[in-house]
Amino acid sequence: MSSETMTIFSPKVAARFDALVQKYPVKRSALVPMLLYAQDEVGYLSDAVIADVAARIGITELEVRNVATYYSMLRFKPAGKFNVQVCTNISCMLRGAYDLFDRFQDELGVGHKGVTPDGVFSLEEVECIGACCWAPAIQVNYDFHDDLTPDQVPAILDTYRGKAKAEGTAAHA
Amino acid sequence: MPKLVSHPDEVKIVTRRFGQGAANIDKYIELGGYDSAKKCLAQGPDWIINEMKASNLRGRGGAGFPTGMKWSFVPKQSPKAKYVLVNGDESEPGTCKDHLIFLHDPHAVIEGTIIAGLAIGSKLGFIYLRGEYRYLLEIMEKAVADAYAKGFLGKNIFGSDTEFQIITQSGAGAYEVGEESALMESLEGKRGVPRIKPPFPAVVGLYGGPTVINNAETIATVPHVIAMGGEAYAAVGSPRNGGTRLFGVSGHVERPGVYELPMGYNLKKIVYDVAGGVRGGRKLKAVVPGGSSTPVLLPEEIESLGMDFDQVGKAGSMLGSGGVVVIDDQTCIVEFALRTISFYQHESCGWCIPCREGTDWLKKSLTRFHAGFGTAKDIDNIQYLAENMMGRTFCPLGDAAAMPTLGFVKKFRKEFEDHLNGKLCPFAKHTELAVV
Repeated sequence: MSSETMTIFSPKVAARFDALVQKYPVKRSALVPMLLYAQDEVGYLSDAVIADVAARIGITELEVRNVATYYSMLRFKPAGKFNVQVCTNISCMLRGAYDLFDRFQDELGVGHKGVTPDGVFSLEEVECIGACCWAPAIQVNYDFHDDLTPDQVPAILDTYRGKAKAEGTAAHA
Repeated sequence: MPKLVSHPDEVKIVTRRFGQGAANIDKYIELGGYDSAKKCLAQGPDWIINEMKASNLRGRGGAGFPTGMKWSFVPKQSPKAKYVLVNGDESEPGTCKDHLIFLHDPHAVIEGTIIAGLAIGSKLGFIYLRGEYRYLLEIMEKAVADAYAKGFLGKNIFGSDTEFQIITQSGAGAYEVGEESALMESLEGKRGVPRIKPPFPAVVGLYGGPTVINNAETIATVPHVIAMGGEAYAAVGSPRNGGTRLFGVSGHVERPGVYELPMGYNLKKIVYDVAGGVRGGRKLKAVVPGGSSTPVLLPEEIESLGMDFDQVGKAGSMLGSGGVVVIDDQTCIVEFALRTISFYQHESCGWCIPCREGTDWLKKSLTRFHAGFGTAKDIDNIQYLAENMMGRTFCPLGDAAAMPTLGFVKKFRKEFEDHLNGKLCPFAKHTELAVV
């Protein structure tokens, strides 16, 4: 299929995917990163995303699902615009990650894998994110925040609320 | 932004360009960058492998396999293309050293990959970063593009008739993919389950071709080994353990951080001297020496322990990834063991039954135990389960879950017994953890 006419992705991402399938000795090597980049744009791996990616790689949708279900960052339903991922693994746990997670739960009013009603935030307890020496650490989408205390939680959320508002206004303008 | 730390005992080899803007290619060149690759291009594969063997550099991912020897296993003649694969899927809890390498010195990874390629006669290298490291992947992508623009990568590297290309790759969340055969599966666009060995990757690896897989820290060390000379690098460390190691000290210490220390450096000094001792004047309870899969050590066991692969192995644990996790006396070991095993239960890919079932049962037992519903028999049962996982799986994830569990149960049996008969955990703050 022609990616220009049929694709569900933005022209920028579609162009990136056209290049990505050319990059490797074997086309299928593009699959895992492609799924992640697709999710970044669409928000989750919808049926349409799976179908589009399968066609680009030249494998069945079932094969795409088989691979996608393996990776913990890939999801099949929408998360919040900003996905707050709190690491509670050992190094973070020792430095108060559960207190931090509790505070996020209180402030957002949702638990593990919950999404706020306005769709701005989702919350997730995650495994080690590779910031052990700067614990406790979180990621909001791909941004790291490290060496945190629960008192810093409201300010972090406010920053992202502001971003969501600014982007919302820009989209309506 | 991760904080950089330093200590007078550090020997800065791999970290010597950290904090100096070396992600910029011109700065990297100004600081001596890419000279090692040029030298290797002139000297040829046999010379490179000899230098690497002389350096006693051992794999920094955790297994500690001698790098020079690993490279020498790749057949010189191969009908199939050969590959270099850099493992930057850093996911072992307690480990964040590669994070700093990608952030501060991405060109060292590229240069090391080029040298590995020259050594084994490969034309294509892959640098695989875990999906969570998106900002670091972007730094690596920029660095690779800059190296292409300078002609350091491409059809004619450094103006020679030698070709070497690099592709960067993103994962999407999976600890198991840090295992070398699962890493290749993931890079081939599949579920990250391990392959049976033999054949080893040096003979049949990525896309069926001979493949060298090295940890990102190992690869970033290579240009320094070449610059210093193998023997000089070896002299920095302890016998059979060349050079330095990036020790990531985390947990209950005053000054957590990544410190570069000579191999064989005393663990007690790492805890008390380098990292400033136990936080808040508390007492030391235990130390996990090399990432969460390595068996825990007691304070008396670290007294004269030198941090190299052989000495830590002799002490009944492993040097692993160099992630030193320090635990104070206000910590519940049962809770710590539960959190450790919960991770392996979550990350087990499910391919091998002893690991899939074993981690699940261990988590269930420990959860029940921590909630105060354990029985004396459970302690033996946990030990029995763990012992029966050891060595019975395709990849080391089963062992990685079983080994620390055995360490906790054997060394802290009394604390497990203190949770018996409905007694509340003496340290518990988070009882919700204990709900099955």
